[in-house]
Amino acid sequence: MSRPNLQAIRAIYLYEMGRFFRTILQSMLAPVISASLYFVVFGAAIGGRIDQVEGIAYGAFIVPGLIMLTVTTQATSNASIGIFFPKFLGSIYEVLSAPVNAFEIVIGYVGAAATKAFIVGLIILATAYLFIDLSIARPFAMILFLLLTCTSFALLGFIIGIWAANFEQLQLIPLLVITPLVFLGGTFYSTTMLPPFWQGLTLLNPMHYLISGFRWSFFEQADVPIALSLFAIAVFTVICLAAIWWIFRTGWRLRS
Amino acid sequence: MTSIIAVRGLRKAYDSGFEALKGVDLDIEEGEIIALLGPNGAGKTTLISTICGISRSTAGSVSVGGHDIQSDYRAARAMIGLVPQEISLEPFETIANTVRFSRGLFGRPPDEARIDRLLAALSLSEKKNARNRELSGGMKRRVMIAKALSHEPRVLFLDEPTAGVDVELRREMWDVVKELRRDGVTIILTTHYIEEAEAIADRIAVINRGEILLVEKTGDLMARMGRKELEIMLEAPLDAVPESLSAHALTLSPDGRGLVYGYDGRAQSTGVGALMADIQAAGLPIADIRTRQSSLEEIFVGLVKDEN
Repeated sequence: MSRPNLQAIRAIYLYEMGRFFRTILQSMLAPVISASLYFVVFGAAIGGRIDQVEGIAYGAFIVPGLIMLTVTTQATSNASIGIFFPKFLGSIYEVLSAPVNAFEIVIGYVGAAATKAFIVGLIILATAYLFIDLSIARPFAMILFLLLTCTSFALLGFIIGIWAANFEQLQLIPLLVITPLVFLGGTFYSTTMLPPFWQGLTLLNPMHYLISGFRWSFFEQADVPIALSLFAIAVFTVICLAAIWWIFRTGWRLRS
Repeated sequence: MTSIIAVRGLRKAYDSGFEALKGVDLDIEEGEIIALLGPNGAGKTTLISTICGISRSTAGSVSVGGHDIQSDYRAARAMIGLVPQEISLEPFETIANTVRFSRGLFGRPPDEARIDRLLAALSLSEKKNARNRELSGGMKRRVMIAKALSHEPRVLFLDEPTAGVDVELRREMWDVVKELRRDGVTIILTTHYIEEAEAIADRIAVINRGEILLVEKTGDLMARMGRKELEIMLEAPLDAVPESLSAHALTLSPDGRGLVYGYDGRAQSTGVGALMADIQAAGLPIADIRTRQSSLEEIFVGLVKDEN
């Protein structure tokens, strides 16, 4: 009966993207520099002395995992700051009193955060081309995977932003959970190189499925079947959506 | 006059058991300025927050322009603009962008001409592209008002608009409010200063401990507020009010040393002069004199007493 408030989605999205473009240098430079360092050190310098991994040059092998590392942390931190900042300033009152529903708020904030992470991801990919000999077997699948990852981690970031009571907590999950999981999920190695016990343990790491799937779109080789990777990311997205639905229904940490 | 906001049996209880609103009924008429007057913690902000959708009610209903704030929240909220007590602006954002965001959020398509007019009306045109952090306190407050007005609301809530504001800015705020009323906007403001409510409001609703104690036309309430008492302390105690002073409505204090005279402080003839002359003529030596004006607090006490 009530029409969706498209103007509100547009306003939130543009406002959040405005923040990104206002600080474009910091937004882009830091992730690009750190990714370039990885490419130079592990790809160009050390990579030349490392054997191929599953028939792929080591420098190229690590590219998908490093892009994942960047976009997951970017999407999470962008989305968490996007909703945490108005909460911290007090300007969240406006969003709560506006004629918008939870869905529209989430599309606006999460959409903008995912877009930013996606742009950063593409720039890292372009940077990789500068240092490493690379070809992408399935570009459409690659783009789709990138988009899904950006969106689902922006959803996670949105939850963290609502949960966090201070700036320290905001950094907690990305630093303590996401980064280690990406590192241990096979960014720098194929999990088939691990002893059986650790291989089994890696299957509990959700990042493993993302990295494996993303790597498949580059090289058509994966540690786990591609369908399983897609399933894993779908499950993760659904969990995040359910948590957000619960947050808005109960008003948890948003409304008194 | 039709009521643009109808509050019925509104209750708000916190998990701790504290009841911030205890069954509030209130009708706000279209086009009026109504002041919610009450001490700190009376429930003014809770009432506003609940009507605007920031805080949830435990029971009761509210409709805005005939739209229920829960079942038809989009239509209800689109009619409302809110200026909260605290200033909360993103420091690095420009004024124009801040106001554009608010307009979009409330479902209105971009309209630069309208935003320009709004900023001009609030004397913010020159600062249009300045960042929020570069503004003075008064300007920040005006930006908050511009945000609330950006989507052309029919109802404007101003929560303690002059708390911590200097005299000049206060006058400026009242000019803005009066201008809005001329445009037909209904204005609800909260305050704990009776003078403030008197200066601007058509009606005053007195709220205390989560209950509306009364809603009255400002003039009627002020007449009640105007009660003054004159107490004359005598050098020697009396047993009774002397016969020669019986024309004046005097009461004698229990210790017999004070004569108390109640009068309307706003009346043209208060009778104070005649009383003093008669006391002198009666030869009563006066030790001291003091006057008291009935305060908002006394009205509260009086109202609470009436209830019991």
